[in-house]
Amino acid sequence: MKPERGTGVEVRLEELHRHYGSTRALDGLDLTLRPGELVALLGPSGCGKTTALRILAGLDEPTSGRVLVDGRDVTTVPANKRDMGMVFQAYSLFPHLTAQANVEFGLKLRKVDRARRAARAREMLDLVGLADQASRYATELSGGQQQRVALARALAIEPSVLLLDEPLSALDAKVRTQLRDEIRRVQLEVGTTTLFVTHDQEEALAMADRVGVMSKGVLQQLDTPQELYAHPVNAFVADFVGLMNRVPAEVADGRVRLLGTEVATLDGSVTDGAGVALLRPEQLTVRPDPDGTAEVVDVMFSGAVSRLRLRAGEQELVSQLSGSALSGLSAGTRVRLGVDAERLLVTAP
Amino acid sequence: MTPRQAARARLTTFRVVVLVLVGLFFLVPLLSMLDFSTRNFTGTGRTGAAWALLVTDPLLRGSIITSLVLAVLTVVLMLVLLVPTMIWVRLRVPWVARPLEFFCLLPLTVPPLVLVVGLKNVVLWLNFLFGDTPYVLTFLYVVLVLPYAYRALDAGLSAIDVPTLAEAARSLGAGWATVITRVVVPNIRTALLSASFISIALVLGEFTFASLLNYNTLQVVINLQSKANAQESVAASLASILFAAVLLIILSVVSGGRRGRAVASAAPLPTGTAPAAAPAGTAGS
Amino acid sequence: MARRSGVRLRPALGVLPFGVYLLIFLIVPTVTVLIGAFAENGRPSAANLAALADGSVATALLNSVAVSAVTALIGGVVGALAAYAVVTGRPDGVLRRLVTSVCGVLAQFGGVTLAFAFIATLGISGVVSTWLDAHLGTSLTSSVWLFGLKGLVLVYSYFQIPLMVIVFLPALDGIRPQWREAAANLGATGWQYWRYVGLPLLAPAFLGALLLLFANAFAAYATAAALVSQGSPIIPLWIRTALTSEVVLGRQNFAYALALEMIVVVAAVMIGYTLLVRRTARWIR
Repeated sequence: MKPERGTGVEVRLEELHRHYGSTRALDGLDLTLRPGELVALLGPSGCGKTTALRILAGLDEPTSGRVLVDGRDVTTVPANKRDMGMVFQAYSLFPHLTAQANVEFGLKLRKVDRARRAARAREMLDLVGLADQASRYATELSGGQQQRVALARALAIEPSVLLLDEPLSALDAKVRTQLRDEIRRVQLEVGTTTLFVTHDQEEALAMADRVGVMSKGVLQQLDTPQELYAHPVNAFVADFVGLMNRVPAEVADGRVRLLGTEVATLDGSVTDGAGVALLRPEQLTVRPDPDGTAEVVDVMFSGAVSRLRLRAGEQELVSQLSGSALSGLSAGTRVRLGVDAERLLVTAP
Repeated sequence: MTPRQAARARLTTFRVVVLVLVGLFFLVPLLSMLDFSTRNFTGTGRTGAAWALLVTDPLLRGSIITSLVLAVLTVVLMLVLLVPTMIWVRLRVPWVARPLEFFCLLPLTVPPLVLVVGLKNVVLWLNFLFGDTPYVLTFLYVVLVLPYAYRALDAGLSAIDVPTLAEAARSLGAGWATVITRVVVPNIRTALLSASFISIALVLGEFTFASLLNYNTLQVVINLQSKANAQESVAASLASILFAAVLLIILSVVSGGRRGRAVASAAPLPTGTAPAAAPAGTAGS
Repeated sequence: MARRSGVRLRPALGVLPFGVYLLIFLIVPTVTVLIGAFAENGRPSAANLAALADGSVATALLNSVAVSAVTALIGGVVGALAAYAVVTGRPDGVLRRLVTSVCGVLAQFGGVTLAFAFIATLGISGVVSTWLDAHLGTSLTSSVWLFGLKGLVLVYSYFQIPLMVIVFLPALDGIRPQWREAAANLGATGWQYWRYVGLPLLAPAFLGALLLLFANAFAAYATAAALVSQGSPIIPLWIRTALTSEVVLGRQNFAYALALEMIVVVAAVMIGYTLLVRRTARWIR
């Protein structure tokens, strides 16, 4: 029955609807997770991503639609019979139990004998690097440590699916990055199919095999992080993933006029007329020029790459440059702008 | 019905059953009092005779006035003693804070009955100084209301940053008296109100001290009259409950968003904190 | 040197008036009881303490403990269920506001008025007792059970249950929904959740509340005084006897010994709870 370690199962969400009165938290969500992959659901709060996760966990039920795990319809199976491990946002450890006992909890319910339970728990705590904290209570652990224990607890039962509900959102920045990499390492090691819900695009792009961007209860795009970043299917995805400059543009004969320059557009879908060009900061090149149309507002130096805030007339822009390209640029410098024409997306205004 | 819906239905049934049963247990005696006090035992129909006695019976009327005056005096003495002290402790002598809290909450562990035993000699002195008047009870009642008033005021003071407010005022040239009366006190108005209301409610319901020291307060007279006219006692009881209830409910409305916490000045205890810090609910019971 | 300590101590003078008040009205009576219990006729004596072992006094202590324990248990269980029924509703709902306000009032509602509420309900000519006798053939109107220990248990429950609701609600609020969901996720049925998570988490708060309720009932005086006019079945009523009839069992200071006994029991309960929490639960900060 239970999948062997290292071989995940396929998870399908079919035409999921979840309506609360007149609000539609999910409005026809279709999503398939391939065996063993980590999919991140990304979107602003209220987009339905958490609802999707909770329905998959069995903590919420869909108004209509189906949930299939390894081909089996589990839509009406209660949460405690689903064999899914879940890591919550925060504070989900049972406070009256030690870390060890927390990890053993699911095994105890499965009537695993004491010795095997203890061994498995120690193995899991070791996996998340907390073998030496086994006898601590939640209140004696830091936020990051608590989430590691929660991960160990979720994995101890060898779940068919691992569910991560914004597990990093309550942690401070440094711990967040560290734990992010840790979760990914562990997930790759155990190979469990994983759904990860987050509103942090950096997290989603860094961890996931594929990222699904959601808005208004619908999946907008599901793709690898690279594809998502380079070829967003619409303005919402483009805007939500990565920083975007929105620039008025004029399209005619397959060429786009913007910011005083003209480039060829590669995107066939753009119709002639006025539009808005979406430009990544790194697509915007800057060159000092006393006769330039733009001016540097300020320079935010941050190591290998730096950000430049610019003003061209009324237009505020952000550009991203490598450290060496910064020479000669400071607040007040007049510059000429250039556009890296590749992957230029133009939408209707 | 899905299992989830079934579970929800079970929970709803449980809630309705529990709340209705418990509600009945609390409502029936109150309604019985109303029925009993208006019943016409000698004829048929209803009578307001027992309720009229609240104003016409000189003994009862006198005791109501005594209790109301005692309530006012207790509030005044409590505020005069407690408010400046608590503010001063926060401002200048924070190391006194812990002992102060200990002593203010001590009457919860030392029952009023025990205090009255030990207070016999003190009361003799009070009688020597002020004469044999029920108003000497004021001094004892302040002890009684101390834990409740302390908590209400402490909650109010904790909600504002007293030292910073005081520093700001002093840097503008205010003296200590001005800081307390013009800066801190206006900022803890709700807490002052809570402390006062809970004190009034407690004093109006107090029986132990007054009865054992032989003063005719409201509760003592209610008890006394029961032998002569049980209906009168029941009417007066119901009236005093309703009065206290109105006071405490006004208070819960005034303290607004804090969901009546002040009324139940009652210890929002975090899971598993020591009960020593909680109120022994019925101070006068 | 002298000057510096003067600077440090002068602000402390601000708490002097309150300190003097506490000394006279709280500390002196408590100490009077403590010392008085060990003296008779101005000389040290263990006679009063020895008299506590006297047959009817010892029985009264047992009765007091029994009534307090039983009402704590009834109040604790019923109150906890009621609190759970409330907490499973909307956190900002009308029900919750209503129940906390009403319980705040009822927990303070003790004493004489409460006794009369039940006399009007279940007494000799009570509303409910008369009705039950007429319709169900009981003989409540000719029974005096209300004025004995059983009556005390019923009447005390009236303030014990709301006190439990007030004290226990915050503990229930402390139970996070994630724990239930995490348990379900790991395979726990509803029953298993309560067995392994819910109840163990609530146990310390529940036990603490029980002890608080015990102390509350143990210290209650007014309700019993109004209800029981014959004899002294419980310790507080023995104190009444000792205070009102100057010499009991041939001893003047007997009231002190009884008061000391009450302090000891209440203090033992409080200390017992503190130790219990410290020993059993490292997970409570």
